[in-house]
Amino acid sequence: MLHNKSFVKKTKGGKVMKQVREHYLRDDIYCGAPSCTVCDSSGARLSSSASTILVVDTNVVLNQIDLLENSAIDDVVVLSIVLEEVKNKNMSVYNRLRAICSNSNRKFFVFSNEYHRDTYVKEMSGETKNDRNDRAIRVATQWYQKHLGGAVKVLLVTNDKENKRKASEEGICAETVESYVKSLDRPDLLDLLVRPSSEDAEMADVEDHRPSKRKVIYSEHKPMSEITSGLHRGIYHQGKLRVNRYNPFEAYVGSESIGDEIIIYGRSNMNRAFDGDIVAVELLPEDQWQGEKSLSIVGEEDEDEDEDVHLAPNSADDAPRTTPQQGSTGVINAGSSRPSGRIVGIIKRNWHSYCGSLEPMPMPGGSRGVAYALFVSKDRRFPKIRIQTRQLENLLDKRIMVSVDSWDRQSRYPSGHYVRTIGDIGDRDTESEVVLIENDINSRPFSAQVLACLPPLPWSVSSEDLSIPFRQDLRHLRVFSVDPPGCKDIDDALHCYALPNGNFEVGVHIADVTNFVFPGTPLDDEASQRGTSVYLVERRIDMLPKPLTEDVCSLRSDVERLAFSVIWVPSADYWEFIFSKKISTLAFCIWVHTHRFALALFMYVQEMTPEADIISTRYTKSVIKSAAALSYVEAQARMDDSRLMDPVTTDLRNMNSLAKKMRLRRIERGALTLASAEVKFQIDTETHDPLDIGMYQIREANQMVEEFMLAANVSVAQQILKSFPLCSLLRRHPTPTKEMLEPLLRVSAAIGLNLDVSSSKALADSLDLAVGGDPYFNKLIRILATRCMSQAVYFCSGDLSPPEYHHYGLATPLYTHFTSPIRRYADVIVHRLLAASIGISKLPSVFQDRLQLTSIADNLNYRHRNAQMAGRASVELHTLIYFRKRPTDTEARIVKIRSNGFFVFVPKYGIEGPVYLTTRAEKGSGEWYVDEQEQKIKKMDGSFSYSILQTVQIHMEVVEPQPNRPKLQLTLI
Amino acid sequence: MEYVSPEGLRLDGRRPMEMRQIRAEIGAVSKADGSAVFEMGNTKVIAAVYGPREVQNRSQQLSDKALVRCEYNMANFSTGDRMRKPKGDRRSTEISLVIRQTLEECILTHLMPRSQIDIYVQVLQADGGTRSACINAATLALADAGIPMRDLVTSCSAGYLNSTPLLDLNYVEDSAGGPDVTVGILPKLDKVTLLQMDSKLPIDILENVIQLATEGCKAIANYIREILLENTKELEYRRGS
Repeated sequence: MLHNKSFVKKTKGGKVMKQVREHYLRDDIYCGAPSCTVCDSSGARLSSSASTILVVDTNVVLNQIDLLENSAIDDVVVLSIVLEEVKNKNMSVYNRLRAICSNSNRKFFVFSNEYHRDTYVKEMSGETKNDRNDRAIRVATQWYQKHLGGAVKVLLVTNDKENKRKASEEGICAETVESYVKSLDRPDLLDLLVRPSSEDAEMADVEDHRPSKRKVIYSEHKPMSEITSGLHRGIYHQGKLRVNRYNPFEAYVGSESIGDEIIIYGRSNMNRAFDGDIVAVELLPEDQWQGEKSLSIVGEEDEDEDEDVHLAPNSADDAPRTTPQQGSTGVINAGSSRPSGRIVGIIKRNWHSYCGSLEPMPMPGGSRGVAYALFVSKDRRFPKIRIQTRQLENLLDKRIMVSVDSWDRQSRYPSGHYVRTIGDIGDRDTESEVVLIENDINSRPFSAQVLACLPPLPWSVSSEDLSIPFRQDLRHLRVFSVDPPGCKDIDDALHCYALPNGNFEVGVHIADVTNFVFPGTPLDDEASQRGTSVYLVERRIDMLPKPLTEDVCSLRSDVERLAFSVIWVPSADYWEFIFSKKISTLAFCIWVHTHRFALALFMYVQEMTPEADIISTRYTKSVIKSAAALSYVEAQARMDDSRLMDPVTTDLRNMNSLAKKMRLRRIERGALTLASAEVKFQIDTETHDPLDIGMYQIREANQMVEEFMLAANVSVAQQILKSFPLCSLLRRHPTPTKEMLEPLLRVSAAIGLNLDVSSSKALADSLDLAVGGDPYFNKLIRILATRCMSQAVYFCSGDLSPPEYHHYGLATPLYTHFTSPIRRYADVIVHRLLAASIGISKLPSVFQDRLQLTSIADNLNYRHRNAQMAGRASVELHTLIYFRKRPTDTEARIVKIRSNGFFVFVPKYGIEGPVYLTTRAEKGSGEWYVDEQEQKIKKMDGSFSYSILQTVQIHMEVVEPQPNRPKLQLTLI
Repeated sequence: MEYVSPEGLRLDGRRPMEMRQIRAEIGAVSKADGSAVFEMGNTKVIAAVYGPREVQNRSQQLSDKALVRCEYNMANFSTGDRMRKPKGDRRSTEISLVIRQTLEECILTHLMPRSQIDIYVQVLQADGGTRSACINAATLALADAGIPMRDLVTSCSAGYLNSTPLLDLNYVEDSAGGPDVTVGILPKLDKVTLLQMDSKLPIDILENVIQLATEGCKAIANYIREILLENTKELEYRRGS
């Protein structure tokens, strides 16, 4: 049956157009009940014994998705109109609903009512879209009732009063979610329910100490039409709200329309917006633009929130933003202050579930009843959330997850509902779990479908593997790997061979993961979703299942493994050229089995002569047998021990000297030696408690391996880009802008250091020259420089123009990731590209679709960043556990000056935190003032001053100012 | 964007292998020697054929075969926005050429030397797949005009979106930017006379998509044959025999 839909639509240009679409109605859409005799039941999803089938309304899905995700709810029919409405309103809920529907363990059936001949309803004149959709839901429910006869009860679950009333009139069983859940007699499910806002009045008991509660706290959000026209006229600005990680009362909205970030101070200006929401902002009049307030460490509102001690940030993306300081120096310069604004409306909410705990409170009298509690998120960017619970006594000492439902103008806090319990507060496993959840890391075990993709175990190299023509047998080579101690996922190995003429053949072998992970399989999908392995202090969350990660792919010693290797052969011309020019530093031959080393040579020659093709490069899949799996410490010890003369040690020494030369050349090109404060824990094997922490020590062996890996990555990047200019996955590091380097320049100016930031080469040189009075000074400057820069990102080469491919930190025009396919999905993709580019396999179809590749790259960036954040959070967690029992005095360096104190960096433990010079009570007493020029904080009478980078002695101790939120406190000695 | 739902339905309710509703009518322009209207869903095309007749421009006359000319254009009202479409723009020139070449292949031109056949196709309503609809309309019109042909030519398009081959793309699917393969065949002779593709496709998938489009062409051919038969019967009836 054919039917035409016609509707009007506004185009991007603002024109109103009539659209006509065909709409085919079918008679081959089945009901999904296996007991049905009329329909084809091959696709049936509902259980055959179901006594009740639920049809859910859109508002139920939108608000109660947490309930639907609970396995107690089953035999649900999801109508396509509901899916469509949900999709238009909230994409994340839509994705969750789709996930439930496709989960084979859940009995959710999607009924395409919009295309069914009997359930399609035509819009009546004067009927709103909403009413029409409600009617469609009722018609479909009725159809189900009639279709299934009396055998099954069909229940419409709706929270829309009007819809329920009409349904009852039409003889459909309809219930609200509350009454349905109550009828199930499962009190734990009741907590998952979202309360309709009409029950607000009862919540007064929680906050009866606030007499003014009912007064309006926040200004009204403007209606959408007004926002749209405001955006058009340029009085409002649209952007994503980002709340300062370190100060929840300060947020930024990056606005394209004014080309700058708008700062939003305070909860009332933020007007109920959450981090990540798309908001409309109105600029405040210029005389209200504040520059100063944010510069004190403490939040300005009456709430007792302040700065925590954190790990030192590693890049500009992690660090709290600061505004140029003014006012405090006495110079009022309104023109240069950053625009401040207030939020007038929220265009798109970014609400999800948050981890945290309940604010401690006395148990209410009748303990069985419903209680209201305030939930405090662990992430300080989010406000407290008010929830209602029936199991308060169970939840008080637990970490729980809570979702936000609404936030009305009268309440200071948003209201939400309980989702699930994670575990006991303070328990290390629970807290680690929280870290994972907060960073959206999937730590669930691999599904059966994924595990089914694994090769049969135990696996070993078979004769079939060897007989493949493109796989070269390199088992005779003396290959070895150098990794961190205890590393089980060894994805790279090296070899170095002295040739008779005094030259060397160097090879890098990377685990051949793509031999086991085929595109399009569930294993591949799972890996691409996870994106990366996550390393926490005490555990590792793998990207690939354990057998692959630790055994089949891992290049362990003394077993034959498959690898991906590359070989370069210098031609005779090349040697003539080298000798004719008498370039002694280049007088070694490299026959490289990995790409990276060869590239370094390749590029160097290129600089001097146009005959860039004098080295031929060969990439090959291979079979290797590792002779030794060394740790960095072992490798270093072997190299340093002059008595050892065994073959592996000699290889190591040779490689080290090569690596040093390569490193030198890289630095000459302008590569930056950046530094970050990485820490390392010694973990008690029994209790998993941290025993000791210290800075991660970088040895020559680390640098050696790193050097070869860098060169490998660069050369693979060239190779794949040459073959696939539009669909290669590369990694770029954007050049930092002047504004980003501003904090670094201010610090260096204050201490009289002259940094040239015009290019990476200039910066590298001036960083080398920056040697202060003590050995740590240079590293400190490098750490400060590193955190001014943004992070490197993956991208699809078709999306950007070649000059933008540049990697600033490594000073190479091209870079990618190739060397760790076991723990990074990007490398898996690059392996496939490389294999296709040398013609040994076909390019998977993903690469045909640039949009899909871009979305993979975006996901990888997101996962990569989350993995890093999780790693840092895990270190912070363990730092806290460590210092809980060990208050310590130590040395620290001042890295940032604030009006009431300063931030210090503790090199020994890699942490950074605030030190207050004034207590909170005497805030603003004016005893101290900041000298912006010299980056000093001085006492008013001039008797005392602290300047930036100065060394101070501090005391570190764990305190718990608010229950369940322990933090590290730093005080000056 | 989701063009095929997990339930296997396209945006307009079709399944991936289903065509839109087709409808054809012979004899829409009584002045022409042969004419037809062809509809594929909301795409509606009218075709008129004049000839074989004397060559208008003597210099173009071919001594061994007939001259086939084709003119394609879109009515100003055929799309939602009423844009003035300049005659002879690149797109319509290209489509004119494609239609002419496809049809010339099956007209027995050597039987009509020194004559000219004019085919005019106009899109009345555009909703994707105009190229195919034009060829189908023109075949019908040629048959109506009684021009000797080797076989009917029928055409249909297929695409590949959301990793699914889709038959007969409509405008929304067509503008998704995915591959769009138009195939024209001589159904009885089982020969391909037209094969065009926008965008890119891996070779093994291309085969499936072409196969699908060919199936579509065959279905259209059956329908066109029915229509012709019906028309012939009607003519027979009118003659009173």
